[in-house]
Amino acid sequence: MKRRDFFKSAVAVGLASVINTESFAATSNANGMAVQSDVDMVAVMGGEPAAMLTRAIKEFGGINKYVKKGYKVVIKPNIGWDKSPELAANTNPDLVGALVKMCKNAGASEVLVFDHTCQDWKKCYTNSGIEKAVTDAGGKMVPGNDESMYVEVDFPRAVSLKKNKIHKSLQECDVWFNVPVLKHHGGAKNSISMKNLMGIAWDRKFFHQNDLHQCIADISTFHKKPALNIVDAYRIMKTNGPQGKSGNDVVLLKSLIVSPDFVAADTAAMKMFAQVRPTEISDVRYIGLAEKLKVGTQNLDKLNVKKIKL
Amino acid sequence: MKFLKKIRVALAILFFLPILLFFVDFTGRLPIQFHALLKFQLIPALLSLNVIMIGFLLVLSLLFGRIYCSFICPLGVFQDVVSWKSRLFKKKKKKHKFNYTKPQHLLRYSILIITILVFIAGSSFLVILLDPYSIFGRFASQLFSPLVIWANNGIASITNGMGNYTFYKVEHVRFVPVAFGISALFFVTVAIMSWFRGRLYCNTICPVGTTLGLLSRFSIFHFEINESTCTSCGKCVKNCKSECIDIKNMKVDDSRCVTCFNCVSVCKNESMKFKIRYKKSEKVVEENISKKGRRTFLLTSGALVGSLAMAKATNITGKKDSILKRKPIMPPGAQNVDHFNTHCTGCQLCVSKCPMQVLKPATLQYGISGIMQPHLQFSTHVFCTYECTICSEVCPTEALHSLKMEDKKLTQIGIAKFRKDMCVVFTEEKDCGACSEHCPTQAVHMIPYKNGLTIPEVTDDLCIGCGGCESICPVRPYQAIYVEGVTKQVFAKKPEEAKKFDKVIDDFGF
Repeated sequence: MKRRDFFKSAVAVGLASVINTESFAATSNANGMAVQSDVDMVAVMGGEPAAMLTRAIKEFGGINKYVKKGYKVVIKPNIGWDKSPELAANTNPDLVGALVKMCKNAGASEVLVFDHTCQDWKKCYTNSGIEKAVTDAGGKMVPGNDESMYVEVDFPRAVSLKKNKIHKSLQECDVWFNVPVLKHHGGAKNSISMKNLMGIAWDRKFFHQNDLHQCIADISTFHKKPALNIVDAYRIMKTNGPQGKSGNDVVLLKSLIVSPDFVAADTAAMKMFAQVRPTEISDVRYIGLAEKLKVGTQNLDKLNVKKIKL
Repeated sequence: MKFLKKIRVALAILFFLPILLFFVDFTGRLPIQFHALLKFQLIPALLSLNVIMIGFLLVLSLLFGRIYCSFICPLGVFQDVVSWKSRLFKKKKKKHKFNYTKPQHLLRYSILIITILVFIAGSSFLVILLDPYSIFGRFASQLFSPLVIWANNGIASITNGMGNYTFYKVEHVRFVPVAFGISALFFVTVAIMSWFRGRLYCNTICPVGTTLGLLSRFSIFHFEINESTCTSCGKCVKNCKSECIDIKNMKVDDSRCVTCFNCVSVCKNESMKFKIRYKKSEKVVEENISKKGRRTFLLTSGALVGSLAMAKATNITGKKDSILKRKPIMPPGAQNVDHFNTHCTGCQLCVSKCPMQVLKPATLQYGISGIMQPHLQFSTHVFCTYECTICSEVCPTEALHSLKMEDKKLTQIGIAKFRKDMCVVFTEEKDCGACSEHCPTQAVHMIPYKNGLTIPEVTDDLCIGCGGCESICPVRPYQAIYVEGVTKQVFAKKPEEAKKFDKVIDDFGF
């Protein structure tokens, strides 16, 4: 198995040095773990989070394609705010718990979950419901607000964010999943999969000081890509994001969008969001900026997209 | 009779240990109800006009003398621990070497009277410095708590490295040099006094001790020596922490005795008894205060009262950024500056329990009369959490009135001030929005600017002054948005809710 992967990466690297690397973005990452998939994106609607997740992963070929026995897995949900689950400020705990269980069943040796929260981290972990869902499913919460757990990483492809400290659990894991929640956002217009990466970084002040949208696009060039971006659209926040003021900010969409491509996932999520609150995708500047950095593509017609209603 | 000492020790541990642990527990695991133990403290009971508790303490003291000093007062128990430990370091002969000393009436009564006069003149300066409970609270918060955090972080470093996250690192951001210095000074003074001379502090300086000493002169139960059976062996004298047993005249000075029962527990033939006083008025050997002493006392107290009354509520002024000149921000529940500055004794309980560590002891922000009273100081990730009422719940003096959660979320402790010319959106023409992100009421919200950018705007009457905006604003050295304190805490307007989305979406949109 390892030899085949090595050969694949060697060919990819060899070809990449002479051909434009754009088309290889979705099929391999710097770790040499090449995951071949016919499907580029799966969108599911009308079920509970666990059921929708199972269906989506099935379309991608099953969790065993991503998680091998003994693997160290990291899941990065949005746990930014001290809010209860039905206010949609954080990722749905049922979704996170379901993913943890799936990875444990696939034979993962450990499943770690963290976020660099915006408020008191113990309260965010607890009141979001995510800590309980994770520990019930056999995973482990890791503190995200301890600077000693972050290690400096370079971003050579970036325009503004040339370096930042990144949570070391991501450096040490075998595979990780990015599990954001779809929200309106006062500063960045919308918070989806790329914005969710701010929670893996230590120095978030830098983002706000040096063109927020460019930095969001920059951090998405992180050399260790998540295997999949799993966008929680079960409940979305349509107004007053990122914290929300009340239940009136929330809309029940019962949906899920999964894709390894950041830009495609965010574009699809925006199109879904615009049905609730009309938004020009070009106003969400980081999406276009990320496409410019060859992080992914906004052109959903070019991709193999599966849409499923449960 | 010997069991009485055991009861005293048990009660002392029952009060002292939970109080100490409550102060140093940074995890918030100990139930908040522990703060009820602090309601038994005399000065907090007086300041909060807790009639029931004042009545209880009055009855307790009129029954058993200064027993309060032996188990309720944490500073008292602290001194007992110190003098107990000091015996380990003393040679056998000198282990119990207390001796009868003359009372220091001039010193302790002048301190008591001056404290009261200064308070009546409007300044709580001496109450803050001399309330024994608050002194201990500052030991726990400024001296012990950092040690506990340091130890915790050491353990966490090791266990985190092994993949266990039960212990997690905590930063100690509450270090304020002046408060630390004052706490350390008192710590050294009280520790040295108790190491060598037992309850010397309680009988010379502490105004609470002096007050209770006035009551204990008439207490129903007190210590008496049976002159016919007493052999004058002096064991009781050597063990008396208050150094108040005059074996020559076979008399115990009730005003200094802290009812610790050390004497009855060592008396070999039960000559020392704790019994009902037969005569109401006792022949007390009084030390006369000399004329010279009286004059000195009147002059110094007059000067002190005058200067402190004038020193009340002066602010730091300067020609620098307005952030440095701002009015201090009181914790929620303080109501107004006069009420707060009068009632707060700077015990640091709220400072210790604040989960964000945003409360810090003031130096001169409230003027000299507000030294060490809490105020909010914001820094990155440190602001007043929206869904939290802990400080107002634990305050034992009612300097902070206990707030219900819905009321706290509307209590305006300050108002955000936005300086557009310093904002990143204005100077760099790039998106930021960090302040609005952190505003729980959206008093700070983004409005259209130019080229698709948005810039912050503040609606004053929606702002509750939580400091989320100031704590996250990336502009340095002074933030583009900061919170100005208020002198009176009123209710902000209730934030408007968004309109609910009432259509059904059953399509993906792409």
